[in-house]
Amino acid sequence: MAKVSGAVVINEERCKGCNLCVVACPTDVLALKSKEVNDRGYHFAYPANEEACIGCASCAAVCPDGCIRVYRMVEK
Amino acid sequence: MTRQDIIKPENLVYEKPRLLNENHMHYCPGCSHGVVHRIIAELIEEMGLEEKAIGVAPVGCAVFAYKYIDIDWIEAAHGRAPAIATAAKRLNPENLVFTYQGDGDLAAIGTCETIHAANRGENIAIIFINNGIYGMTGGQMAPTTLEGMKTSTTPYGRRVDLNGYPLRITDIAAQLDGTCYVTRQAVHTPAAVRKAKAAIRQAFKNSMEGRGTSFVEIVSTCSSGWKMTPEAANKWMEEHMFEKYPLGELKNTVK
Ligand SMILES: Cc1ncc(C[n+]2csc(CCOP(=O)(O)OP(=O)(O)O)c2C)c(N)n1
Ligand code: SF4
Ligand code: SF4
Ligand code: SF4
Repeated sequence: MAKVSGAVVINEERCKGCNLCVVACPTDVLALKSKEVNDRGYHFAYPANEEACIGCASCAAVCPDGCIRVYRMVEK
Repeated sequence: MTRQDIIKPENLVYEKPRLLNENHMHYCPGCSHGVVHRIIAELIEEMGLEEKAIGVAPVGCAVFAYKYIDIDWIEAAHGRAPAIATAAKRLNPENLVFTYQGDGDLAAIGTCETIHAANRGENIAIIFINNGIYGMTGGQMAPTTLEGMKTSTTPYGRRVDLNGYPLRITDIAAQLDGTCYVTRQAVHTPAAVRKAKAAIRQAFKNSMEGRGTSFVEIVSTCSSGWKMTPEAANKWMEEHMFEKYPLGELKNTVK
């Protein structure tokens, strides 16, 4: 069966830590940094559980700041 | 399969549209304005209208829309965007002309311009961000504020005996002969974002084809004005706003 793998790259400086991508992800890939902040003081999002990503772009669809780049690959 | 194997240009499925520039948007975290800005930038890029698009920005939180989406913009006085858009479209019939307005701008101070532009059937698209509150000025009651909803000017909740009823101006727009397409959408889930994008695409197409006025309401959140996290605001919107402002198409004469 074809296996779908995904990966996201988050623009940490643009991110405002709103958590909407975390909620939208169907496979619980994302989380907000609990201690680290960006230059504006936001706890930015990162792929905490990156192996689970399926590249569905749900996170990118709800991100108000266009912070997320999504990659998707199908292995035959 | 490592991250490095997947992150390659040929596997890219989504990135920020180029027309949404690198400026840091001043909106609060999670604000619906950002999502709608992003969708508009994606659409103008996808539809190849970069050189043809003229946006008319409001007074309200979206007053700086021109700083973020790299197209031509006119900044209107409070509520007057549909009047400015009327002139822009009549003088430039080949261009895409759209307004971007909040509920205070469109449904309070700008009610007159909104209704008359739509009733004249101006060939413009009106993008209406209804977050039920005046966000920019500190969360005062808007005409669209729900009954019982707390705002800085209705600290005990909106009372209809004192403040009247929430105004469904989109329903009024649907009654006007000049409108060709009237719809109410939201941007709180990936599925809703897809539908809202399709609606705005239709509205932009109608403006280009001179079909009449298109009116796209986006039921939105204002987490700062509502004093909630963005996530809780989305939930509250689903539970309360959608009852008064149900999503879906109200009118489409273009089909
Ligand atoms: C003529 C005039 N009257 C009042 C104001 C003050 N004012 C600025 S924004 C605003 C309301 C904004 O609310 P809305 O249109 O809902 O947009 P939001 O900020 O919620 O996106 C008001 C009353 C003004 N700038 N100009
Ligand atoms: S692309 Fe899909 S699976 Fe991957 S992080 Fe985003 S929402 Fe989650
Ligand atoms: S949705 Fe965007 S801004 Fe919000 S936390 Fe995720 S990446 Fe950051
Ligand atoms: S005040 Fe409300 S509408 Fe304005 S940017 Fe903040 S969340 Fe958005």
